[in-house]
Amino acid sequence: MEKKLINRRKAIYTGLTSVGGLLLTGCFKKPMPPTYGNILRMGDAFTYIAQRTLLPGQSLAKEYGKSDISSFPATGTINPANPEIKFSYNKDYRALQQNNFKDFVLSVEGFVAKPCKYSMDDLKKLGQRTQITRHTCEEGWNAIAEWSGIPLSAVLQHAGILPAARCVSLYGYDNYAESIDMLDAFHPQTILAHSMNGENLPIQHGAPLRLRVETQIGYKSVKYVHRIVVTDKFVDANGDIPAGWSWYVGI
Amino acid sequence: MESIRHKRWVKGSHFIITLSFLALSFSGFVILMSHPRLYWGEVGNDLTPALFELPISRNYHHGGWEKSEAFFKTANSPVTAGRTYDIFNQNGWGRSTHFLAAWFLVITGVIYLLAGFFTGHFRRNIWPRIKELKPGLLWHDLVAHFRRQTLSGNRSQYGLLQRCTYFSVIFFLLPLIALTGMTMSPAITAGYPFLTKIFFGVQSARTIHFFASVALILFLLVHIVMVVRSGFKQNILAITIGKRNGKKTDQQA
Repeated sequence: MEKKLINRRKAIYTGLTSVGGLLLTGCFKKPMPPTYGNILRMGDAFTYIAQRTLLPGQSLAKEYGKSDISSFPATGTINPANPEIKFSYNKDYRALQQNNFKDFVLSVEGFVAKPCKYSMDDLKKLGQRTQITRHTCEEGWNAIAEWSGIPLSAVLQHAGILPAARCVSLYGYDNYAESIDMLDAFHPQTILAHSMNGENLPIQHGAPLRLRVETQIGYKSVKYVHRIVVTDKFVDANGDIPAGWSWYVGI
Repeated sequence: MESIRHKRWVKGSHFIITLSFLALSFSGFVILMSHPRLYWGEVGNDLTPALFELPISRNYHHGGWEKSEAFFKTANSPVTAGRTYDIFNQNGWGRSTHFLAAWFLVITGVIYLLAGFFTGHFRRNIWPRIKELKPGLLWHDLVAHFRRQTLSGNRSQYGLLQRCTYFSVIFFLLPLIALTGMTMSPAITAGYPFLTKIFFGVQSARTIHFFASVALILFLLVHIVMVVRSGFKQNILAITIGKRNGKKTDQQA
């Protein structure tokens, strides 16, 4: 009897591994976060690749009605103007706050054609989006609020984002920062919010301007944003990874 | 005494799934410690009522909140408050461990399911036989377990109750816990919104995830008790390094 060159089990194995290989490497040519050889960070990177490969990238997060708006705890930094809390205190922020944020400017730098400083009025001319969405905290709770702001994509396009751009870092007055990839940065629901539930952002929720990334966990939605830096390579703006946290938490 | 002999892929997947499950239970508990409140529906946080709370960390009933302020001028307006309490939170390694172990469980689980269907392992060994599924027979098997009657004699086949239990764990509890886990992801529910619908909301999914884990841990405890009572050494050898000797039984196919 002639020996079979390929049996059923082999065929299944070969099929599965080649499909997996194609999915995970072929479609994915973005700069990856470093893992420092840490097995947990390797798992994070695998989750990132898998989600970016398998999920439809620009599908919208669910938007709710006004009656769904819920109570909303403020966690993390709740006031960068408070000198008693050393890690988040910022005297520039204190000065801005005393003047009701009239002199606020957002700086956009890095891999853009025209680095620029925008006042709140400049920003509001770039576009407007209002959405009632669910905020998911990595701790386990969630909350629904209405956010109004400027699509981040509109700001990046106005500054003339360069083709080499791969990563957007956002820096807050409270010494917090986060970076997101282009897929999240250009998601239609990713906005720089200036209003919450129809009023100017409260201090605890990031006045005068905060990021909203609705396809990510809350820690990516940097509060008190004053500086945006576009880079051509991966930047872990807050140092999440060396601190033992996930850059892409995956939930 | 005749003992069940397992195929090598069954032993391998049992081993990986056991280790992943232990890592998942431990890290899942650590994650729950950072917010030991469970809710029903779409939304839940410290400023909304909980379904129940677990006294498992210093975050339980902590009072570190600023005075709450209403968002609207209506009577039952939702509120906000700043948290002034430094909570217990070890989710950095906790969640990454949880996800890494979950990848091992999911990938091994999918291979096990495919192999189980294609080799006939499920049909022969796990699937409860339809004509045996009668309340009387199930009751008889349950009583026999407590009287230790099934714990001796020919055990080259799983009993009825054993089949029903393994069947629920493999085809109900494990898929349920994987899907409710995914429902907690904003990226996944944006892509697949039906998940929040079938589990009655995101926080309900989290609560179901918790109860499914409790059910699986109970299963694990009963499983260990049964393994010990029905011949610990023999059972451990059978599922790990035990040799396949003796006459062939249906179980080997």
